[in-house]
Amino acid sequence: MTGKRLGPILTALTAVGAGFAVLAIGLAASGYDPVVALGALGRGAFGSWYAFGSATLVRAIPLILLGLGVALAFRGGALNIGAEGQFYAGAIAATWVGIHVAAWPSGLAIGAVWSAAAVAGVIWISVPVLLKVRFGVMEVISTLLLNFVAEAAVSYAVTGPLQEAKRVYPQSDPISASARLPLLPGSRLHGGIVVAVVLAVILWVLFTRTRWGFRLKAAGLSPEAARVSGGIPVLRVVAGALLWSGALAGLGGGVEISGVTYTLFQNLSPGYGFTAIAVALLARLNPLGIILTGTLFGALEAGAQGMQREAGVPAVAVQVAEATIILAVLLAEVLARRAAARSISAPDPA
Amino acid sequence: MTGEAAVLAGFLAAAIRISTPLLLAATGEMLSERAGVINLGIEGAMLAGALASAVGAAAGGPWAGTLAAVAAGLIVAGIFATVAIGARCDQIISGTAITLGSVGLTGAIYRRAFGSGGPGLSLPTFPSVPIPGLSKLPVLGPALFDQPVLTYVAWILVPVAWWFLFRTWWGLALRATGESADAARASGVPVRRVQMLATVTGGAMAGLAGATLVLAQVGTFAEKMTAGRGFIAIAIVVLGRWRPAGVLLAALLFGSASALQFAFQAMGLTVPYQLFLVMPYGLALLALAGGVGRAKAPAGLGKPA
Repeated sequence: MTGKRLGPILTALTAVGAGFAVLAIGLAASGYDPVVALGALGRGAFGSWYAFGSATLVRAIPLILLGLGVALAFRGGALNIGAEGQFYAGAIAATWVGIHVAAWPSGLAIGAVWSAAAVAGVIWISVPVLLKVRFGVMEVISTLLLNFVAEAAVSYAVTGPLQEAKRVYPQSDPISASARLPLLPGSRLHGGIVVAVVLAVILWVLFTRTRWGFRLKAAGLSPEAARVSGGIPVLRVVAGALLWSGALAGLGGGVEISGVTYTLFQNLSPGYGFTAIAVALLARLNPLGIILTGTLFGALEAGAQGMQREAGVPAVAVQVAEATIILAVLLAEVLARRAAARSISAPDPA
Repeated sequence: MTGEAAVLAGFLAAAIRISTPLLLAATGEMLSERAGVINLGIEGAMLAGALASAVGAAAGGPWAGTLAAVAAGLIVAGIFATVAIGARCDQIISGTAITLGSVGLTGAIYRRAFGSGGPGLSLPTFPSVPIPGLSKLPVLGPALFDQPVLTYVAWILVPVAWWFLFRTWWGLALRATGESADAARASGVPVRRVQMLATVTGGAMAGLAGATLVLAQVGTFAEKMTAGRGFIAIAIVVLGRWRPAGVLLAALLFGSASALQFAFQAMGLTVPYQLFLVMPYGLALLALAGGVGRAKAPAGLGKPA
């Protein structure tokens, strides 16, 4: 039992270690001092309360929300690689609504902004869902392609209908004060952290304690068995999971607008939708684990900025560490499966 | 040439120039998919090829850049093949991770080597090589037969791929592997090795596609410059029904859709430029919706052998 509980944590730590090892080797190979660079990364993420609360945790919020969305789809065996696009769809809708709710009481305004964001995420992913259900198109490719469409949509929005009234910069006007999230005094940490944690707990309960969670898992593990012996309407379960996945990613965009930037602009996301895949996989699709892995990758993103400031290392370099972590998790799972297969097929020493 | 003929010739030439990297990447992806391997890392291989071609061309001219690009594509696809075929990890997620890592690595190397921002690099590029006689044909001549040498290479690789897939023992072994790895293994095909070779060959072609983009089309490197062309190549393979000639036609369709931008500009139509930006992606989605139902994917696609 302890082994079963410790296994995923050991795997995760090994994977993260591998990611940092590759990053350190890469840094050394390109002529940086890895100790200096990684020290700057650590300080950027954990060096002070401000670094942790206002940099790491602020970046962890969208990563947790998008990570939950990715995990929800992956649990059902559907690979939503389009969280980035759904995040942008949510951000566009949130900005548009946020600008128009100046006269509303704050709670209502924030509720409207978030609802719009989640609905936009659902609408954005409904295209791949429709293509999958109706034409059998792999959601992997359709969600991926729509990321680029979403980026173009943001570009159009901030140079066209949503551009600031002054029409100077390609960005929107800020959303009204009533739609902004409360901040923790003395920091940039906003109320979105509560939403992220609460949603993680809710999803954990849904996954582990409800019939829906069981059906989703069954559909993901073996669609054929789930359909034939379980009588589970697999396609409907998976389609539903994808739509909710889009809602979470869209909400992530809305929370980012209402809690961090208040305005819409291009490159709002430094690739949160892709990092979220690493967040979800490293947590083995466990929502409570995602709170931890989301914070870890938030630290990595925040630390990357520190590394760029202090050591001059391009921040994008941490994506190499992220990719390594994903591959290490995959490898560990394959090794674990093989070990399990060996222990089953090994002859009984009689 | 009359005005309309000039516009048409310009449109055709642009369509072919734009479709060349797509054609190369899609032909390569077709090889690995025919062997049962779906490689989403092709986007990363193409991006790595693009950067390598820029570095190589800056140091030793366009041919050195081309070689470097092929090598970079080989390496990226080799990492993918090791994880996805060697260790039998999930192909989709491995490929996504490879692309993610390539975006980070190329971005970091580019900024390290050339500094961030600033004016674009100015690289030695491939000139157009008119084919004597043919390039003098009206309209079609300048479009088809006055192209950079890599375009001709891409077109020649189409019948080569066809001949290999459908007229050689190794091509048969490759297709058998993609349909049923177990059956192929039973008849003596070294299944994993075939998949490895097909995938790294595909990666080399994706690298070459990156070189084409830099050295025969754009003339410089920019971060994330492939902008999903690798993923579009995957849609082209579906639309082309996993056949070389089909892939050629599908790539031309995508090139033409993108080239419409220039034709519209020449005709003085004003449309938001973002509409042209999204056209290839929208077309890819349409292609997938229309193509998947009727076309037959290799039966073993995506399953670990």
